[in-house]
Amino acid sequence: MSEQKNGEVRIGVYVCHCGANIADTVDVKAVAEYAATLPGVVVARDYKYMCSDPGQELVQEDIRNLSLNRVVVAACSPSLHENTFRGAAERAGLNPFFVQMVNIREHDSWVHSDREAATEKAKDLVRAAVRRVYFHKPLEKRRVPIHSEVLVVGGGIAGIHAALTVANSGKKVYLVEREPTIGGHMAQYDKTFPTLDCAACILTPKMSAVKAHPNITLWTYSEVVSVDGSVGDYKVVVKRKPRYVREDLCVGCLQCIDTCVFKEPKFDDEFNMGLSKRKPIYIPFPQATPKVVVIDPESCIQLKTGKCKKSCLEACVERGAIDFDQKETYEEIHVGSIIIATGFQTFDPRRMPQYGYGKYPNVYTTLEVERLVNASGPTGGQVVTRDGRVPKSVGIILCVGSRDENTNRWCSRVCCMTSLKLAHLIKEHTGAEVFIFYIDMRAAGKGYEEFYQRVLNEGVHFVRGRVAEITDWALDPSEEGKLVARVEDTNTGFVRRIPLDMVVLAVGLEPQPDALNVQRLFGIGCSMDGFFLEKHPKLAPAPTYTDGIFIAGVCHGPKDIPDTVMQAGYAAAEAIALADTGYFELEPNTAYIVEEECSGCKSCIPLCPYQAISFNEEKKKAFINEVLCKGCGTCVAACPSGSIKQNLFEDEEIFSEIEGVLAYAQ
Amino acid sequence: MEDKPVATDKLSTSRDWEPLIVAFFCNWCTYTAADLAGVSRMGYDPNVRVIRVMCSGRVDPQFVLDAFAHGADGVLIGGCHPGDCHYVEGNYKALRRYLLLKRLLRELGIEEGRLRLEWIAASEGEKVSKTINEMVEQVRALGPLRLTRKFKEWDAELAALEAEAQSEEVAAHA
Repeated sequence: MSEQKNGEVRIGVYVCHCGANIADTVDVKAVAEYAATLPGVVVARDYKYMCSDPGQELVQEDIRNLSLNRVVVAACSPSLHENTFRGAAERAGLNPFFVQMVNIREHDSWVHSDREAATEKAKDLVRAAVRRVYFHKPLEKRRVPIHSEVLVVGGGIAGIHAALTVANSGKKVYLVEREPTIGGHMAQYDKTFPTLDCAACILTPKMSAVKAHPNITLWTYSEVVSVDGSVGDYKVVVKRKPRYVREDLCVGCLQCIDTCVFKEPKFDDEFNMGLSKRKPIYIPFPQATPKVVVIDPESCIQLKTGKCKKSCLEACVERGAIDFDQKETYEEIHVGSIIIATGFQTFDPRRMPQYGYGKYPNVYTTLEVERLVNASGPTGGQVVTRDGRVPKSVGIILCVGSRDENTNRWCSRVCCMTSLKLAHLIKEHTGAEVFIFYIDMRAAGKGYEEFYQRVLNEGVHFVRGRVAEITDWALDPSEEGKLVARVEDTNTGFVRRIPLDMVVLAVGLEPQPDALNVQRLFGIGCSMDGFFLEKHPKLAPAPTYTDGIFIAGVCHGPKDIPDTVMQAGYAAAEAIALADTGYFELEPNTAYIVEEECSGCKSCIPLCPYQAISFNEEKKKAFINEVLCKGCGTCVAACPSGSIKQNLFEDEEIFSEIEGVLAYAQ
Repeated sequence: MEDKPVATDKLSTSRDWEPLIVAFFCNWCTYTAADLAGVSRMGYDPNVRVIRVMCSGRVDPQFVLDAFAHGADGVLIGGCHPGDCHYVEGNYKALRRYLLLKRLLRELGIEEGRLRLEWIAASEGEKVSKTINEMVEQVRALGPLRLTRKFKEWDAELAALEAEAQSEEVAAHA
């Protein structure tokens, strides 16, 4: 490194102890001492917490006093503190892109236990960074403007809360929901734990507020079909499915439903989990928002055969809201950021045949029982079995499709509390003996443990054990005509047979069946379990790795309503902050053409997924539009003449890094 | 370590041969997964040195060849799963180059197991640890590549041949 292309290179190397996180496994003193011997290094220090104010001050002092013009920080992952040290450099008057991070925590001390090997690795990585930083250049961050409009996908409680929060800040919001109404799962619940507030009473005012809000454009029965662009300007196309009823004309009088040629409801009512029937023309539930009827093309005679006397049309002849010729339409919008709140599906207990769901009519899921206890539900709030009896004994089985190697490994977090709530409600409605079969009771949350104690005191029986099976095979007369739960009660050490009239399966929460499509559509990540991936599990649980896209609610992982609302508010705050700032700073890692070397072969042009590369016919050279370039570097790797360079990832930088980590092996 | 270090910025202590693997991890999936492996303390062999690139599509085949030429015993490329690329399709470009590069390496006499491309999503910390351990094991079984030493041997061989040719020439003229 005798050649000093960038003037005299003066490098400062800073090795962080991170308390004991790094220093316990890596000999940080030895790394710093070694770094001091490397060419170009003027000073090398180790310090307890580099990211602390005194740590940053150390770097700034050295930049000023020792005229450093390069900084290498060996600490944690660049995703955590690269910006911290760039900021420190900038405050000391150095271009922030003269800083290079070395990841000796996540990639070294935290994954290795052999102190010697970990120290050697740290030295290798520091050497590579020292060699690399030599080639760094001063760069400027690019700023892109931010559209203030925000798209919210999903109209459950998460989407509703996020949309209202953003709208209240004065920004325009598009709320897209694929069902005919907003409300999501929360609209189906009867009461909410632990306060036993009526879910509808607290949700429906928010639904109405969404509909009435001047800043919210609500598109129900609609789906996002394409997303282009990036933070600040996402171009989104929304498909609006035909509901065969004109939203602008329907007033929700519901006369069309009364006059439908089907005198009796005949088709499974999705909102009531199939426990009641609806007609082909219907409204999902009385408080549906918007209060607009919808015609199901799968069951409507007119839409299926074209041969119906269309009595609904006659009922609506004055307003003319019914339109059998409605076609799907597409809306294109531009938004600055997107909040994804697409929710969950509940576990299908048919996957655990030992519990007899679908085989024994009196085995229910928690969601079905929510509808049964609800006053506007299929039975008007009567908890009765499918054969019309009031149950005398009810068993609730926890962790169905949760905490189970054979189905889902995660805890669904809400089932314990939901079951306690349902136990209380069932007891209240029927006076039945209620058994809860559990592995562990998890009641962490404000007022939750107190609710658990309350239900304990109400005389609900808690049996600790995973139920082996539900059977209708009676062994003695007391079991005749009943379902029997076979379970090992691990508190007493006995295998028990408990006869029950009704079994409730506390089904777990799962990602939506099409979560993978949504993930790809928006270009975000998924965790191993299929829920959407946050940027940081602790410090950024709503942002994603894609700038300008945030997640809220159970699509990110199981959580209850308070946590969902909190995350939705947080996602909204992030979106508002982005819009209020008005711009977003992008990494200056774009590619550019060295014109003198470009041979005009055009091999780079088709490689760019963003059409950022064009060909200048006059000069016979390629040209990269830096505004469109996202900085992947694919064209750089492909250029046969090496005439495309990528800022921050120039060939010299990477080659020197490769040779740096290997210098020892030569 | 048999070869004496020549440049000033090399470690002075000596080490027994251990497989040395250079890894190119994309910023969005595999590098993040490696961070996750760290946060979750999923230990793995300390034989890998990770170089961060924005996308696996940035991995120029020359990076791989350069790594081998400078003493790497194995090279690992990590990118997002097909369909998940942060840059839409950079990982497909990486795959295309990888397949061609594998053929080239075969021609050069570098064993297949020394180069590996793996799709590792940001959530797959476990896969980072598993892949690295597997690869270290595999490369350990293959033994050292030592291209740098071979280069010197070949240089010496060539020099000897040239010297021989020259002396023959001198003899012929004499």
